[in-house]
Amino acid sequence: MKKFTCFLIALAMVMSLAACGGSSNGGSSTGGSTTPAASGGSTATEPAPDGSTEAAAGAFKIGGTGPLTGGAAIYGNAAKNGAQIAVDEINAAGGIQFDLRYEDDTHDAEKAVNAYNALKDWGMQISLGSVTSKPCEATSTETYADRIFALTPSASSTAVIEGKDNQFQMCFTDPNQGTASAQYIAEQNLGTKIAIIWKNDDVYSKGIHDTFIDEANARGMAVVSDTTFADGNDTDFSVQLSDAQKNGADLVFLPMYYQPASLIFAQANAMGYAPKWFGVDGMDGILTMEGFDPALAEGVMLLTPFNADATDAKTANFVQKYQDAFGEIPNQFAADGYDCVYAYAQALQAAGATPDMTAEQLNDLMIAQFTSMTFDGITGTSMTWDASGAVSKSPKGMIIQNGAYVGMD
Amino acid sequence: MSFLNYLISGISLGSIYAIIALGYTMVYGIAKMLNFAHGDVIMVGAYICFYSVSRFGLPAPVGVLAAVLVCTALGIVVERLAYKPLRAAPSLAVLITAIGVSYFLQNAALLLWTSNPKVFPNFFAAKKADGTVITGIDLAGGQLTISYVTIVTIAACVIIMLALTWFTGNTKMGKAMRACSEDKGAAQLMGIDVNSTISVTFAIGSGLAAIAGVLLCSAYPNLVPTTGSMPGIKAFTAAVFGGIGSIPGALLGGILLGVLEIFAKAYISTQLSDAIVFAALIVVLLVKPSGLLGKPIREKV
Repeated sequence: MKKFTCFLIALAMVMSLAACGGSSNGGSSTGGSTTPAASGGSTATEPAPDGSTEAAAGAFKIGGTGPLTGGAAIYGNAAKNGAQIAVDEINAAGGIQFDLRYEDDTHDAEKAVNAYNALKDWGMQISLGSVTSKPCEATSTETYADRIFALTPSASSTAVIEGKDNQFQMCFTDPNQGTASAQYIAEQNLGTKIAIIWKNDDVYSKGIHDTFIDEANARGMAVVSDTTFADGNDTDFSVQLSDAQKNGADLVFLPMYYQPASLIFAQANAMGYAPKWFGVDGMDGILTMEGFDPALAEGVMLLTPFNADATDAKTANFVQKYQDAFGEIPNQFAADGYDCVYAYAQALQAAGATPDMTAEQLNDLMIAQFTSMTFDGITGTSMTWDASGAVSKSPKGMIIQNGAYVGMD
Repeated sequence: MSFLNYLISGISLGSIYAIIALGYTMVYGIAKMLNFAHGDVIMVGAYICFYSVSRFGLPAPVGVLAAVLVCTALGIVVERLAYKPLRAAPSLAVLITAIGVSYFLQNAALLLWTSNPKVFPNFFAAKKADGTVITGIDLAGGQLTISYVTIVTIAACVIIMLALTWFTGNTKMGKAMRACSEDKGAAQLMGIDVNSTISVTFAIGSGLAAIAGVLLCSAYPNLVPTTGSMPGIKAFTAAVFGGIGSIPGALLGGILLGVLEIFAKAYISTQLSDAIVFAALIVVLLVKPSGLLGKPIREKV
């Protein structure tokens, strides 16, 4: 009897596996069959004859994965909320209609692929990739293979776009952030002796650190202290801070997420060390930590493409709507999500795409559009993309004053 | 002077490891099982204290008391549900169960309290007249600082160590615990209620975890559902280092591990500090397999 039950269970498993295989085969074969039609490439640039019918009944199914729970949830939820606001605005205006769906990947590569498969079963036509780098490296391989166009709001690792013609980023790449930070510090004369504390088991932190050092050396900036930490010893920073203090660093560069940074600020404060602090986009979010004393982050500078205090109408409108809907000031990830949807709207409009097109057709249209168009969003103006998928825009310096972000220039 | 500064940082870090290690070693010494969920009970304790103080505005001592009570109850419940049914099972099964409980607690905390990091309030800070907050005592003209948290942690370690030694040596329940640790079967034949003795052991261990949680988060004020897991593993290492099962060994192992970690970072490399710490552990275990203060195990031939 027991054996029989086992056999039944095994049979059920085999069947379900076969079902999975069948559906994914089905998906790729439909993709395959459309390849000859679209591979001409010329269809991508010439406006479709029915270009004005974008108000047709259907909506573009747009999907993304991100950490909606787990340690990085603040990023996933921000990007999702930002995208949702853009979708609501665009849908309300008539014209192109979007149907947005986000799936949780808990900042885990394996779960991201499962989440991506769920989106594909739902019928996703264009993708917002994943919010964080590690999962996006996994899903970008899938979207590349399935010929689904993806524009990630915030996965900044170069591995996300490397060698994949249909993967684009709304954010800077990691190396870009390191170089831009060093440039900014040098140009604004922010510090003469620089210390870096970075996380050596994190691609994000290491990528920024390496390019920062290269750029700093090229400009003859003095890096007097270069120390690391890793998962597991990320609570005590006394040694790293004393090293920076001993070497007389007047600016400490922190290419890391805000969680360890909050501990660094508290410990530096306790030991009476008050250099200038300079962070990158991972520092965004520190002010929303529950119980965090904003006085500790007073004067912290960070380089981010988005400034919630900017006075232009677009940003003000977005910040207002975000606050009304979610009760907090949007961070850069929310703005990236918002811009992604608007960039899609602009590209789809220009290409004359319709919701009844397959993902494959849209993929080719989008590649042609993104490599040729110029986009003005709230995370930058006159953004352009090169064929690699990396964005070109200029970062904004921000400083924390009285517990709020203020633009520096 | 920087040497002394590093020494103080090392002792601060080590005292945190030590107070966690005391809980590990106590449960191991008596129930002969590794309670890998100990680190997560610490996290639960810290959350209870955080919510009672920051959300409900209770005074700090009440918050700590609430944490101790909840964790004690949690310890008893976990023991009843997860470990008691496995009393006769091989120790490997219990070990795996403990890891399961650890994940369960982490994920339950994730659902209950979400992943957004909380910043734990510092209970051990004094406000000066001009509004500046002092968190420690300055020595040698301000060149050395010992934080209040460190002093309280070390004091708590010593008090807990003495109390546990006295408790296991002089009370009826303590004697029952030692008997269980020698031989459960024989203890039962002598009329000792083995099950309730082990439950009490877990209750005490979990209560200590709550105190450790409050001290851990006072020193390093970042509170997320995985806060307890890595310090828990380090503290387990410290307990093995000092000789698992030995109560003074946990204190010694904890402090040594902390000092070693800071010195490795300061004088050798910040990148290799963990590797150096664990290499030292391997050397100690090669020379003295039962740990620094562990009882030598005689093998019968």
